[in-house]
Amino acid sequence: MTMTMPIEPSAIEGKVVLDHVIPSRAPWSGVVKKGQILRIVDLEGNQSGDCILYNAANPEERYSAAQTMVAQKNIFLALGTNLMSNEGNVMMVVTADTLGRHDTIGGACSCESNTLRYGHHTKHQHACTENFLYELGQHVMGKRDMTSNINWFMNVPVEADGTLGIVDGISAPGKYVDLLAEMDTLVVISNCPQINNPCNGFNPTPLRVIVTEPRG
Amino acid sequence: MSTDPHVSTPLKARDHARAQASTVVRAMPTIPASTAKDLPAGVTAQDVVWDETLDAGDYCARILKAGTRLRLTNLEGDACANLLAYNADRPIERINVADTIKVQWNAYLGKGKLILSDMGRVLLSIIEDTCGNHDTICGPSTEKSNARKFGHGENYSPYPNARDRFLLGLLKFGLGKKDIAPNINLFKGVRVGEGGGLQFIPRSSKPGDYVELRAEMNVLIVVANTPHVLDPRTKYTCTPVRLTAYRGPATAQDDPIRVATPESARAFQNTDDYFLS
Ligand SMILES: [Zn+2]
Repeated sequence: MTMTMPIEPSAIEGKVVLDHVIPSRAPWSGVVKKGQILRIVDLEGNQSGDCILYNAANPEERYSAAQTMVAQKNIFLALGTNLMSNEGNVMMVVTADTLGRHDTIGGACSCESNTLRYGHHTKHQHACTENFLYELGQHVMGKRDMTSNINWFMNVPVEADGTLGIVDGISAPGKYVDLLAEMDTLVVISNCPQINNPCNGFNPTPLRVIVTEPRG
Repeated sequence: MSTDPHVSTPLKARDHARAQASTVVRAMPTIPASTAKDLPAGVTAQDVVWDETLDAGDYCARILKAGTRLRLTNLEGDACANLLAYNADRPIERINVADTIKVQWNAYLGKGKLILSDMGRVLLSIIEDTCGNHDTICGPSTEKSNARKFGHGENYSPYPNARDRFLLGLLKFGLGKKDIAPNINLFKGVRVGEGGGLQFIPRSSKPGDYVELRAEMNVLIVVANTPHVLDPRTKYTCTPVRLTAYRGPATAQDDPIRVATPESARAFQNTDDYFLS
């Protein structure tokens, strides 16, 4: 397997305004201003980055997986995908993608759904929904603000009869996506702590987020 | 200014208003529900708790007590029943479409499938389905998507959109925009093709097809009957859907849907557990 070199800030065009490693299992949120680019890097490979977007000025406008999929008539997110809001506006555009496809139908893992998927013993394992709720709480939002999400670097194929599941990832160390903000966007990420399926290779690892803006 | 002599005084206006009351249209509630006709086989009139028909663009929001069956009948075969569901006692718990398809390992709905909440519990079971073509992916139409197809999509226009209809239903229960979760659409099928492409099934259903849902807790449902967002027709086309709800027994411990899979068994266990304390 070819190991992609980690991304150095110097390899990025534009002025770096934020460079942060999201520890494994942790949440992160930040506002990416219109015109800025958010790069999300899968540092060690096969690490799902669960992600919800909100209009920073009016968080009732938020990411809609349905509208995003309908707009491109495809379930997979990839280079060129417009990430749409519930109001039908483009929030961010995927302007670079070294992976090829990402999931937006698989949702976020939760303590509660873990009990259905893996057994009641998983009730107290950490989960993306815990990360999302915690982070929304820092922004005076809450459970009503939970909505559909993106799973960067996660692989969820759908077979002809509708059979689906989270299967072995196709990501690798250093794979990244660039998201150009078309509005001031509050980005909330859960670095997925799931250990019961292959979305993190059964071993949660860090993600890196880098925000840049054009020079001058 | 009206100069109609029939309504020129309050009492004439009263008589005029009262004379309208026996009007029958094809989309309206049956009140009292026990007078509903053409009931599902085996259902007696006294057990009917709600009967209402929604025409193109219509919506309704209603609480179903646990054990209630709701039959949605696609009377003429071209309805699209957009559906949202909540725990009626605690509506912060609501339908989670992603969990619904992920937990059941399949993107498509049909007889025997569960509609799950975001708290790992069962809101509704699909106990009958003669159609088999439904949509868990595309969500509701919006003012913008309707305007693109029909010229207008405002709630007050002749082409109301599903998202605004959901909002109105929710507002009547004290809920709002934030409560419009990802939803499902009954009677219009969407399939995922090779490479992830979405395919709308043009003739998804036939006249008389029905889906029967069983409420596994007290459930608030909101239904909007509006053209599917991927329906390519530029004429606002949606035929009536009839909603008939009736009392039924609580789900048995050996219910075939409950015991069908380990995941469904645990979902019902969680639901039972919720009612214990
Ligand atoms: Zn997760």
